Amino acid sequence: MSSTGTEPILQVQDLVKHFPVQLGVVFKRTVGHVRAVDGVSFDLRRGETLGVVGESGCGKSTLAQVLMRLEPPTAGAVRFHGEDIFGKRGKDLKALRRQIQIVLQDPYTSLNPRMTVGDIVGEPFEIHTEVAPKGERRRKVQELLDVVGLNPEHINRYPHQFSGGQRQRIGIARALALRPEVIICDEPVSALDVSIQAQVMNLLGDLQTEFGLSYIFIAHDLSVVRHLSDRVAVMYLGKIVELGTEDEIYNRAAHPYTQALLSAVPVPDPSVRAGRQRIRLTGDVPSPVNPPSGCRFRTRCWKATEICAEEEPALEVRQGGHHPSACHHAEEQHLLPG
Amino acid sequence: MTIPPPLDAPLLEVAGLHVEFRTRDGVAKVLNGVDYRVEAGETLAVLGESGSGKSVTANTIMGILESPPGVVTAGSVRYRGEELLTATPERRRDLRGENMAMIFQDALSALNPVFTVGFQIAEQLRTRRGMSRRDAGRRAVELLDQVGIPAARQRVRDHPHQFSGGMRQRVMIAMSLALDPDVLIADEPTTALDVTVQAQIMDLLAELKAERHMGLILITHDLGVVAEVADRIAVMYAGRIVEHADVHTLYSNPCHPYTHALLESIPRVDTKGTQLRAITGLPPNLTRIPPGCPFHPRCPMAVDVCREVVPALALLPGGRSSACLFADELVTR
Repeated sequence: MSSTGTEPILQVQDLVKHFPVQLGVVFKRTVGHVRAVDGVSFDLRRGETLGVVGESGCGKSTLAQVLMRLEPPTAGAVRFHGEDIFGKRGKDLKALRRQIQIVLQDPYTSLNPRMTVGDIVGEPFEIHTEVAPKGERRRKVQELLDVVGLNPEHINRYPHQFSGGQRQRIGIARALALRPEVIICDEPVSALDVSIQAQVMNLLGDLQTEFGLSYIFIAHDLSVVRHLSDRVAVMYLGKIVELGTEDEIYNRAAHPYTQALLSAVPVPDPSVRAGRQRIRLTGDVPSPVNPPSGCRFRTRCWKATEICAEEEPALEVRQGGHHPSACHHAEEQHLLPG
Repeated sequence: MTIPPPLDAPLLEVAGLHVEFRTRDGVAKVLNGVDYRVEAGETLAVLGESGSGKSVTANTIMGILESPPGVVTAGSVRYRGEELLTATPERRRDLRGENMAMIFQDALSALNPVFTVGFQIAEQLRTRRGMSRRDAGRRAVELLDQVGIPAARQRVRDHPHQFSGGMRQRVMIAMSLALDPDVLIADEPTTALDVTVQAQIMDLLAELKAERHMGLILITHDLGVVAEVADRIAVMYAGRIVEHADVHTLYSNPCHPYTHALLESIPRVDTKGTQLRAITGLPPNLTRIPPGCPFHPRCPMAVDVCREVVPALALLPGGRSSACLFADELVTR
């Protein structure tokens, strides 16, 4: 399946996360479950970027939370270098936390306004004291600020003294502090202005080369994901519906949902607008509390037949295809202009 | 007695508009001479980053600029030749909804949470058109149906929170169209929406615009959306229009370094690049706009004169214009 031969650093297998929906004030009863992540499997290889795209509510951020061990999984396994991450406790868990870090979407709420940049970026060292001895911390923080393109002399400033793009750099410096192997980026550029997005994306690319990082890059913007990803997973209602290399997903998409997404993305070139093939989905994403039977996309799919309601399509390489897609009627198609 | 406006006056025209925000921290010069116009049946896209002044211009046109802190210090807004900035509040209120309407990015906060959507749409028909409760309600169903809300007859009794994001945006569009305006201002109408829903809403706006022959002012930061729907584009930077052209000319031959840099810096879904050409630096602080061309600190072409002279938006061959001293050199045709 892969073109690179490196071993997986992170293996996710049948990961499930359901949140109970409760009613009642004193005596709470569970009336259903939000199936935020519902059986997701993929590998992340060393040094690669795996893009995860999907619309709001598809479970991509919940996936990040579970991988970070911020939320316990309902079922499934995640192995980091072959070791189950959910079984870890105490010292082992602390060691694991050093290796997997996260960059969050909103640079305004993800930084404590009462802490200086030096304290924010240096806080990981307080917890993982073995990484930097006390006397060295200030120098380490300044190094990190320099690496992400901030002025090391601004170490005593507060977050509000920085612009959105600069704050996102602070968040990236914090994620880098412990020299992790994996960074999960959860919509890292979607809160930024267009002219600033490119700066942060370039920085993420440079850091990956410099430190050999593996990224799980979560975003709703297909252009941003394409730019940074080696492989891409497309999610819909808690499931991966298609998984392939950047080229496979963007030039030979097989799942109708991926095709609809690609045909809906605006292309910044007015000369192609008349000639583009457009697939317009009707309606909205169904509720993850009560997803449709069989294929979850069938209620919005123009290819849906009886089998789609009865049998849930597995994520597998289909006949005539080259990469896994979860559709009974998968058919590779080139949809983007050019 | 008022002088009748000339018959060939543009549908809506903004000229030399200056707006300041007077705050405790100083005076922010939010608009520094904005000129644009829109005609019936066309889509003008106003493109810019946050703080470039695109929404402030729209709010000033609609007469909903928050004041204080906002103060219009110069310029004019004319609807079919009639000056709005000096018009009485009553006259402006008559024009709002009836002649010009606006839809906002966040439909959930733009709609009133305690009334049904049907009531909110019908309200304007009852107060402005004197319609009976029943007729106005019937018309509200028609409007919801026109903007593609399934089972409109039932949904008219729902409250805003019972709709999904895309459907809420449709409700707001229905509301803005209730009094048949001929100018519609859409302020980032799809920014909060998912890409498949965004496509639906943009299609709907294009359809309604063509059907009703409205002038549509589309405010956005998304170069992709603009390329898909706009006829003409006005690019804003630091409270000014820096470039103005028809959509094809602008994308194939941008004549302002800022537009050029923006187009180079965005990732595109149809190509895979290696490194993006990011624009260095930040947009200026509006309380301290640099002298000369406001873009000069970030401009790769800047020379000494750019630090002294504020370039005017000058007309170029082909009916386009650019506020760069070196625009002539950037025109390839």
